[in-house]
Amino acid sequence: MKNICLYFQVHQPYRLATYRFFDIGDHDRYFDDHANRFIMQQVAEKCYLPANDVLLSLIDRYGDDFKVAFSISGMALEQFKAYAPKVIESFQKLASTGAIEFLAETWAHSLASLKSKKEFEAQVSLHKQAIWELFGQKTVTFRNTELIYSNDIAKMVFDQGYKTMLTEGAKHILGWRSPNKLYASAKVPGLRLLLKNFRLSDDIAFRFSNRDWNEWPLTAEKFVSWFQQAAPGDEVINLFMDYETFGEHQWKETGIFDFLEAFPALAIEQAGMRFKTPGMLAEELKPETELDVPYPISWADEERDLTAWLGNELQDEAFEKLYQLEKDVYHTGDEKLLRTWRLLQTSDHFYYMCTKWFSDGDVHKYFNPYNSPYDAFIHYMNVLSDFTIRVKIPSPAR
Amino acid sequence: MFGWEFPPHISGGLGTACYGLTKAMLKADMDILFVVPRLYGDEPAGSMQLISASGVEVDPGDEVFQSEGGKISLFEIDSTLLPYTTEEEYLDLVKQLETVDQVSKIKWDSRTYSFSGGYGKNLMEEVKRYAIVASNIAKAHDFDIIHAHDWLTYLAGIEARKISGKPLVVHMHATEFDRSGENMNPSVFAIEKTGMQAADKVVAVSHLTRDTVIKKHDIDPEKVITVHNGVEPFENKSLVEVKKHFPEKIVTFLGRITYQKGPEYFIEAAYKVLQRDDNVRFVMAGSGDMLPRMIRRVAELGMGARFHFTGFLRGPDVDRMYGMSDAYVMPSVSEPFGISPLEAMRSNVPVIISRQSGVSEVLKHALKVDYWDIDGMADAIYGTLNYPGLMNMFKKHGKKEVEGIKWDQAAYKLKQIYQNMLHV
Repeated sequence: MKNICLYFQVHQPYRLATYRFFDIGDHDRYFDDHANRFIMQQVAEKCYLPANDVLLSLIDRYGDDFKVAFSISGMALEQFKAYAPKVIESFQKLASTGAIEFLAETWAHSLASLKSKKEFEAQVSLHKQAIWELFGQKTVTFRNTELIYSNDIAKMVFDQGYKTMLTEGAKHILGWRSPNKLYASAKVPGLRLLLKNFRLSDDIAFRFSNRDWNEWPLTAEKFVSWFQQAAPGDEVINLFMDYETFGEHQWKETGIFDFLEAFPALAIEQAGMRFKTPGMLAEELKPETELDVPYPISWADEERDLTAWLGNELQDEAFEKLYQLEKDVYHTGDEKLLRTWRLLQTSDHFYYMCTKWFSDGDVHKYFNPYNSPYDAFIHYMNVLSDFTIRVKIPSPAR
Repeated sequence: MFGWEFPPHISGGLGTACYGLTKAMLKADMDILFVVPRLYGDEPAGSMQLISASGVEVDPGDEVFQSEGGKISLFEIDSTLLPYTTEEEYLDLVKQLETVDQVSKIKWDSRTYSFSGGYGKNLMEEVKRYAIVASNIAKAHDFDIIHAHDWLTYLAGIEARKISGKPLVVHMHATEFDRSGENMNPSVFAIEKTGMQAADKVVAVSHLTRDTVIKKHDIDPEKVITVHNGVEPFENKSLVEVKKHFPEKIVTFLGRITYQKGPEYFIEAAYKVLQRDDNVRFVMAGSGDMLPRMIRRVAELGMGARFHFTGFLRGPDVDRMYGMSDAYVMPSVSEPFGISPLEAMRSNVPVIISRQSGVSEVLKHALKVDYWDIDGMADAIYGTLNYPGLMNMFKKHGKKEVEGIKWDQAAYKLKQIYQNMLHV
């Protein structure tokens, strides 16, 4: 085993304000600016800035042997600019080392790939533009919201000019095959696929501080020794996770930052491994085989499907009503309405309406600002009701 | 176990709760001696031994008897002392209060005592007398644990513990704080507190009740354990199909119109909804001491044409009311458990319940708001009526969820508590 691919997702949604039904038709202050500012600043201090510092020092020490990939949603970038400009500077500093690959995604961290090709393409272009402007990079690798992937999505991504894409190493797709290789899409064989090694990724992201886990505490030595257990012929270990793992989901006190610093050092110095970006790996490796994925997969929950965002009555009603507006929104030609429509597409809104967390757990609860999916739904629908009124008013009156 | 009533002779819901719980305990292989003030002979005891306190001989020279008997003081009680009272039961109670008044005073030198077993004006006397009899019952029987249901039986539990040395569990179905807010009856509160202090374990029917006894009665949190109530499986009656003679949707409040139930919050929320939605009517079904004030408030807000009072409803009318409703609201200020939302859900009616209720701790498929949060309540009502996804979700999951709330779970947890106390 020679290669490791580290990819971090950076995202913060625009959270909705408490918007009551009697606000419908009265005002369009949908978003909770205070909460969004507060959370962004807090996560910047706890996670983004200190974690970037660790990566910077690793790049400094190991030069070409240490590379990292980031995907930063458009709305995270916007909120950095508005609320925590230091974070932008810090990412720019990282970018200037040449050790970072920025990936493309939908600007609004949306589920548009499941519903509208036109909107999907518009958002990917927007995001591409934002990355170019801020970091001077032309994106070559794509990652979809929540690593959602299917044959159809592969086609759309390839048509957008991307030759590499990341997704989940879902068991029901791989079967006996290893996630530690490069694959290609069965639908568009020109599209290379890198698959998340969910066991090793989740050891860090979800289990690192779990004292009930029989491998706790996770040391760098132990973690790197697991790399060596990979099957002969395995070529890369893909560690994909939320960047907020560092300092936010796993607190500083758990030793997560020390771990982030220690395991790459050990992997490079003692195991002779190298950290590479998805773009590099797609060039270097040859696809093992083609993967056929007729139904969408994702990196969420045990099921690795879409049920965290879509499928229950609440989610489906909200999602349908939102995308029913597509034509009308475009028709208005109103930039502000278009932007708002996109902010309402963020996958988080639908995640909050998930009823699986009644049984499936703490992960959902942790990320949910609402007391229940019903509360989330009512708030969202109130906002959407107002938004619908505004979209349908003929433009002179607006 | 010491209880105060047992089906079919019940005037509060305490008897129903004891029945459901004991039935499940028997299933879980526990033997129960259940003591009530009086028996009528038609109680469905099953394999449980029911004991009547009436007719148990006591020695007038008994030390306990002497000391307690001397201090007995009578005071007027009001009907709100009971847990789980439904609308119908409340009216029965008022009637009972009127009749019990005429029951002759008990002579304290008699060797046996015939309890009324109700909630009349001699209640406090009966409660104390019950305690004296309890010590005799404890002497005559063999058991491992003493379990006393609600304050009425706590003195009995304490006496039984003194005589037998066996551990005591007291069960809080409702607290005086829930019933009366800050205007608590000091004697009842004192018995609750004494009972819990003397007990080895306190069982609360919800986390809400647990918090109340820890904060208000100052009970050591270590010994208070929450055991949520169950619900008896509802008889399989078919849902009532009701023809409405108007197109508007109906939002219903059904219960006693008293401080504890928070009727005024329902009215204020209704007013907010009516400002924006003219496809809705509100119904307040029930009676109680706050009814006149509520009627005045509705008139003051000028929404009488859309807000209706039905007065008090009985059996079939209650089912019809649920059958007509598009949403059910329980805005209780303090509800140790609260069974009515479950009845609404069983009729496929979405429910909006206050977080200050025990039942909100066990229900997932319900909208929950703080009782004082009128905006939130109005929003929940509006959402339920206007966004079909909610209604569909509730219809799909609500009834099933109610069917899953069983007494068996309570009995299982109680068994664990007992086993820990007995170190088995």
